[in-house]
Amino acid sequence: MTLNLNPNFSEAGKRYFNAYTPADDFYELLINTHRDLSDEQSELLNARLILLLANHIGDIGTLREALNIAREGV
Amino acid sequence: MLKTYNYPKFEYRRPPEIASGKTLRVPVVVVGAGPVGLAAALDLQQQDLPVLLLDEDDTVSIGSRGVCYAKRALEILDRYGVGDAVCSKGVSWNVGRTFFREEEVYNFNLVPEPDHHRPGMVNLQQYYLEEYLAASAAARPEIELRWKNKVVSVAQGDRTVTLKVETEDGFYTIETDWLIAADGARSPIRRMLGLEVEGKIFMDRFLIADVVMKAEFPSERWFWFDPPFHPGQSVLLHRQTDSVYRIDFQLGWDADPEQAKKPENVLPRIKAMLGDEREFELEWVSVYTFQCRRMGRFNHGNVLFVGDAAHQVSPFGARGANSGLQDADNLGWKLKLVMAGLAPAALLDSYSEERICAADENLLNSTRSTDFITPKSKVSRTFRNAVLGLAKDHAFGRALVNSGRLSVPAFLTTSSLNTPDCAGDTFAGRMVPGAPMDDAPVVENGEAGWLHNKVGHRFAALYFAQDAAVLPAPTLAALSNLSWQGIEVRPLVISAGPGLLAGDVPVLEDARGVAARRYDAQPGTVYLLRPDQHVAARWRSFDADKVRAAVAKATCNV
Repeated sequence: MTLNLNPNFSEAGKRYFNAYTPADDFYELLINTHRDLSDEQSELLNARLILLLANHIGDIGTLREALNIAREGV
Repeated sequence: MLKTYNYPKFEYRRPPEIASGKTLRVPVVVVGAGPVGLAAALDLQQQDLPVLLLDEDDTVSIGSRGVCYAKRALEILDRYGVGDAVCSKGVSWNVGRTFFREEEVYNFNLVPEPDHHRPGMVNLQQYYLEEYLAASAAARPEIELRWKNKVVSVAQGDRTVTLKVETEDGFYTIETDWLIAADGARSPIRRMLGLEVEGKIFMDRFLIADVVMKAEFPSERWFWFDPPFHPGQSVLLHRQTDSVYRIDFQLGWDADPEQAKKPENVLPRIKAMLGDEREFELEWVSVYTFQCRRMGRFNHGNVLFVGDAAHQVSPFGARGANSGLQDADNLGWKLKLVMAGLAPAALLDSYSEERICAADENLLNSTRSTDFITPKSKVSRTFRNAVLGLAKDHAFGRALVNSGRLSVPAFLTTSSLNTPDCAGDTFAGRMVPGAPMDDAPVVENGEAGWLHNKVGHRFAALYFAQDAAVLPAPTLAALSNLSWQGIEVRPLVISAGPGLLAGDVPVLEDARGVAARRYDAQPGTVYLLRPDQHVAARWRSFDADKVRAAVAKATCNV
């Protein structure tokens, strides 16, 4: 498995009439999940989220690719 | 005043009711001659209704306001007789550039999809649009325009609305069956009737500057996040007509609007942005905050709210005037049928339901853009900046960048006016019941034209055929007889091959099959379109009774 860097969001059973909607749906969900948290709590939430998603992806080669890209830009 | 534009002064005439002391009785009054009020008056005129349009001023919009008009709005403006004027005076643009700090992170090219009459977006200062609409309205004797006529009180009765109107010569009274309030975001009518509008003011201020560029500058949309010349904030540059560029500087909530507006504070900002070598002249400056809110319902008995009076959105995405024009488009035919006794008043509830659905979509999208552009928390800003950093190299990052999602018409897929597809009828594509109709090039009587102009502003039944010349006589007779209980349904045959008339039904040639493809049509497929050019129903085979039932459903006659 290689890391998918193309737009990839969708929700089962949902029909989209505008291409921007699925990415915006996700982004709103992400930001709303942080609502009313302190900076420390948000940091913890992000760490938990990364661990959950990493385990879901599972493939360490793919994760290594993502980790490298994430690190390059910091 | 502006250097590039001369404001027209519309003539005030002393209303005859002032001398006579008589109450003026009319069927419909529209209050507010902004783009949406003018559109509402023109829409009703096209439905053969006489309209009285009142405005407290005698000119068009002052200063820099609406800028972008989207394809669907342009198609509606075609029906009001100003589509050509707006498109030829306005500027089209396709390229958008997004900058983050010092560098361009990506650009997009909205190459217009071929085979549509109108482009995706045209930029034009609001005063031009109003000028053209006012001229179109003034040319129609069924529309009476009364400038410098200010409504000072409104009393709503069971059957009529009574307005007290102030002019420089004194007061007079109007009694009307229907009142359309197009009197803007602060709607005095709404306030006088004690009606609420709910939502929130965004805690931010924006400085608008219109500048005239002295030298060539590209027709592009430029959006900066956190640029070096305006750190921590966002800036948007848009080209308008007459080489006037509109610049929106985000100021933050703490900025002092009076200070920010002063030329000695504005000019250095613009110079820092454009570079010292570019000459420009300042045309207009103002500071605004915005609100995202809407009324709980848009119809209150015989008073109907349209445009900003009913709903307001943030400016990102150009969803204000564009959605107001669609309000007018949705309302005109419904009010006509109700006034003519051809549909129950419940049809006007569907105006409110459908346009609330559209308003909520506009509020959602413009709020999402606002939240991306002006993050409300540290973590939100971190994510925003991470997206912008990834966007440079990765397509998924670009999809997440939200500097405004440009106005598109709502797909009214949940409307109670729709007839769902019959079991077994399957269709691909976007033309589902409730969809705004897609345009396509067609030929009628040897002349090239556009489908959206051919269907007009009545119900239309599109019958797709391989060869219009060989349609059976009973089919043609049934197509000619679709009008139902006084509601006109105009049949049109869309034929792959050439033809003039099928029986007495007009034939539109779809030589390259664009219409058939967009509607996923096969020979025998039928689409019923509403007068506002949304799909009401569709079938794989023609059954006149089903079409009539769908017309009944689309007009609340069930």
